[in-house]
Amino acid sequence: MIIDLPRFVEAERAYWDELHAVLAKMEAEPERRLPLTEIRRLHYLYERCSADLSRLDTFATEPQLRAFLESLVSRAYSEIHETRAPAKIRWKAGVLAFPRAFRRHLGAFRLSVGVTLLGCAFGWFALHVDPRNKAILLPFSHLLIPPAERVAHEESAESAKEDRLKGVKASFAAELMTHNTQVTVMALALGVTFGAGTLILLFYNGVILGAVATDYIVAGQGVFLAGWLLPHGSIEIPAILLGGQAGFILAGALIGWGDRTPRVGRLRAVAPDLVAIVSGAAVLLIWAGMVEAFVSQYHQPVIPYGLKIAFGLCELAALSFFLGRVGRE
Amino acid sequence: MSEGRATSLTIETPEGVVFSYDLASPVTRALAWIVDAAAIGLLTQGAGKACEWLGKLNQDWATAIYVILYFAISVGYGIVLEWRWHGQTIGKRVVGLRVVDAQGFRLQLSQVVLRNLLRLVDMLPAVYLVGGLACFCSRNCQRLGDLAAGTIVARVRSPRTPDLEQMAPAKYNSLLAYPHLAARLRSLASPESVSIAVRAVSRRDGYEPLARIELFRELAAYFQSLVQFPEAACEGLTDEQYVRSVLRVVYGGGRG
Repeated sequence: MIIDLPRFVEAERAYWDELHAVLAKMEAEPERRLPLTEIRRLHYLYERCSADLSRLDTFATEPQLRAFLESLVSRAYSEIHETRAPAKIRWKAGVLAFPRAFRRHLGAFRLSVGVTLLGCAFGWFALHVDPRNKAILLPFSHLLIPPAERVAHEESAESAKEDRLKGVKASFAAELMTHNTQVTVMALALGVTFGAGTLILLFYNGVILGAVATDYIVAGQGVFLAGWLLPHGSIEIPAILLGGQAGFILAGALIGWGDRTPRVGRLRAVAPDLVAIVSGAAVLLIWAGMVEAFVSQYHQPVIPYGLKIAFGLCELAALSFFLGRVGRE
Repeated sequence: MSEGRATSLTIETPEGVVFSYDLASPVTRALAWIVDAAAIGLLTQGAGKACEWLGKLNQDWATAIYVILYFAISVGYGIVLEWRWHGQTIGKRVVGLRVVDAQGFRLQLSQVVLRNLLRLVDMLPAVYLVGGLACFCSRNCQRLGDLAAGTIVARVRSPRTPDLEQMAPAKYNSLLAYPHLAARLRSLASPESVSIAVRAVSRRDGYEPLARIELFRELAAYFQSLVQFPEAACEGLTDEQYVRSVLRVVYGGGRG
């Protein structure tokens, strides 16, 4: 059968225009619920335009007309066959999505903790074997000073009187927030290397953490270390571990051990959880940055260590409660 | 470049209808990125100016706000625009590209966020080397962010109804005086050959005179090889007129 193209276009153009108008309206208002009559009409128009496209398939026709109909049909297809609800920014649901996503992938979080602890053990071992390794392992100059010397300086009367972060606290906090968020997002993004990049990043973080802890504990400055790290570290370190968790979830979806779902389907299934975890971790890092700039850098006698340690432990308990209990179904 | 790289992604619906997306090439994507980089540069420069003014009140907080704004603009630019503009940023609008779901479904916020966060890896070690290589090597020209988010970048098709009048005007057509031969021509002409003829007719004024004569001579010869019309039908017709008459036969319309 050969079609008379001008007559075909003349007869069908009204339906195409109607479908185009309906789709434009739906795309402009994705949250609008269509009444049954409009849904039926949309389905009819979709089927009609699909049939028109199929008819064109068998004929030698102008490619522009085919492209036009394909564009219409593809848009209608995505509206009709999409089973995922349109994303709505609802704060309550958004807040609950974070702990729920965390609990759905506890295995990945355990792996993240395990790799970091392994890094910590390596950091401890490297310093235990030869303390001179400190210069290689620790990239920050203020960590290379002997711990006792640093503690004596920061607890001195001059340091207590003089606020060394005066006039730069807010910008210091902002830099900490953005830097740590980048590290967390990187831990997620490196999951695309089948988890190898995430693993290396977490291990390296663990090495630094282990080396610092060993250095201060061996020097008998464990209380200072706890008072310095706990207020911000009790949030910052879990946030980076959450980034690692997201990275391992992504890697797991890419590899798909024992899962017969196609890779595209696996990635599609974990995408909302990845976004919920990383967004939650980013919010935690805003808090951690503020605490590190405004609390952690002030030591005894300005803020007693007991108070700082208690504050850090309370934060850790609150975070554990939030991730473990909130939003249970 | 991998040999199997496709130029379009074909999707078959459960109803058996097939439609396709024209995939954006790495070069057009790079052009869009240049425009976006310029837009991000302008936005951060604007934020810098505003914070400079704020610095007169409090330098520390002004610097803090700038650091946060710079980060938010760099990361959020793609996320906000692709979400609000259905898969487009300023650069993609200028170049005519759109991010779409690789299975033809509606683009989700989680997909937009994920593909933009994975830029951190695609940008490594500099100027999107990892992402560019992934684009060249993947079948559907996807960078790592697209692979993880299940998205592709497609060329935007204009939703205009085609101008059929210019292509096949309804005038007297001597070939239609022989309906049995016209029907035979319709059945033998392949979609590809007709598509080439349509493009040749629509661009005829842009050709060099000799190239135009040569092109229509070859096209006319091809269509004549399919069906031989009597001399009376072709008398006085140039090759170009013959090809246009063939198109009117194929598409219908016109008077015999």
